[in-house]
Amino acid sequence: MSAAGRAFAAALLALAGTAGAGEIKSGSAFLSPQMQRQQADQARNPGWLWVEQGEELFSRREGDAPGCISCHADPGRSLRGAAARYPQIDAASGKLINLEGRIEQCRAVRQKRPALGHESQELLGLAAYVASLSQGVPVSVSAEGAAKPYYEAGKAFYERRQGQLNLACTQCHDGLVGRKLRGDTISHGVGTGYPAYRLEWNGLGSLHRRLRACSLGVRATQFDYGSDDYLALELYLAVRARGLPVEAPGLRR
Amino acid sequence: MGPGFRFGRPGRLAIGLAGLLSAHSATALESYTVVGDAIPAPLGGRIGDAARGRALVLDRTQGNCLICHHVPEPDEPFQGTIGPDLAGVGVRLDSGQLRLRLVDASLFNPRTVMPPYFRTEGLRDVAPQYRDRPALTAQEIEDVVAYLASLRPL
Ligand code: HEC
Ligand code: HEC
Repeated sequence: MSAAGRAFAAALLALAGTAGAGEIKSGSAFLSPQMQRQQADQARNPGWLWVEQGEELFSRREGDAPGCISCHADPGRSLRGAAARYPQIDAASGKLINLEGRIEQCRAVRQKRPALGHESQELLGLAAYVASLSQGVPVSVSAEGAAKPYYEAGKAFYERRQGQLNLACTQCHDGLVGRKLRGDTISHGVGTGYPAYRLEWNGLGSLHRRLRACSLGVRATQFDYGSDDYLALELYLAVRARGLPVEAPGLRR
Repeated sequence: MGPGFRFGRPGRLAIGLAGLLSAHSATALESYTVVGDAIPAPLGGRIGDAARGRALVLDRTQGNCLICHHVPEPDEPFQGTIGPDLAGVGVRLDSGQLRLRLVDASLFNPRTVMPPYFRTEGLRDVAPQYRDRPALTAQEIEDVVAYLASLRPL
């Protein structure tokens, strides 16, 4: 692109940025400056402990099973940007899977090892490590083809009132952005910081764990980790987050 | 954040509470009549107690109103800014109007954010521990109404 073209594109972007309502921001944009700095500092963001453990697991071999590294050499290059394309349709099954699902699938099919299990420290570590390799890469999921019905289901989930408090995600995460819910500032509710270290959890957790917390917050049914309901919702959130950089491991209250 | 609007771990208290309140689930909700934007008559003819109402409003597992509202309680940190400040609400709204807004504000504003505290019908995917019972009982609604009605500038 020419310099003039770039300037024009930048001006367009700036215009889009001032459009207000349409502009979706990352969850960290709503944190205190102090927590923003802490998230950005690898030495002070505890999420990096999981990343380090994940990196170690990634290269380790168990028995005669190949390690992840055997298939994904030079992960800093070969897997850069991978996390930004999840959730996505798995070609083999035709079903939507997220990053954790893909890691479990590699383990089961390629490594022939038992599943690590949702929210296990090993899976969180591997997911955080792989996601960290995409830090700064803009989210670019597809909602076309076989992904489309999931996208539609996720959108419907996001927009419908639910639970005893009868609230929809959109009422808080579009309608009330910036307002205070107790000590929290309501963000656009995108998942670009996950897996994230939450002070409330005293540990790292997946996006589905965060979704379960919002469900319970409105006194609604909590769906299972890895359920189609939350996968569809995850895809919808990722479509809303398109263009935002992957931030995992995030730091949250 | 407290266990009320439980964005974190489910509290032990909630389980006890659900057990306790499931006793209510068999009984149908007291009926009421809407007049304009108000429910003029107390639910089930009950008499509210402002002190109990205050406790319900501050309690994080029951009313948990402070996730969204401010009340004139300087010792309560981190009050919400989602709904209107409730200071002086007893002057702005009479008891009947307060009652309707607690019972089911959607009767008056279909797009309301204010949760329905005395309603069990037409709700979707309610968590098992909250199913088939209102968020507050008729007596509790009356207690909260009495408290809100008392919020007047000195
Ligand atoms: C009554 C308000 C409310 C409702 C309804 C609600 N949330 Fe949230 N949500 C919050 C608050 C408060 C937080 C913590 C602050 C923040 O990051 O937004 C949060 C956090 C999140 C986050 C994490 C954002 C981050 O960067 O850490 C996601 C994702 C999310 N919500 C999605 C949802 C979805 C999807 C639904 C519906 C199933 C939903 N929320 C319903 C209030 C709500
Ligand atoms: C999830 C957020 C939320 C919670 C929880 C909540 N409210 Fe509200 N409330 C609102 C909003 C937003 C409004 C503004 C009107 C609307 O949206 O219909 C409102 C309106 C009101 C009004 C009318 C005020 C006026 O000036 O018109 C009263 C009274 C009220 N709420 C009391 C309460 C009480 C008491 C509780 C707890 C038992 C409570 N609210 C819980 C969000 C909430």
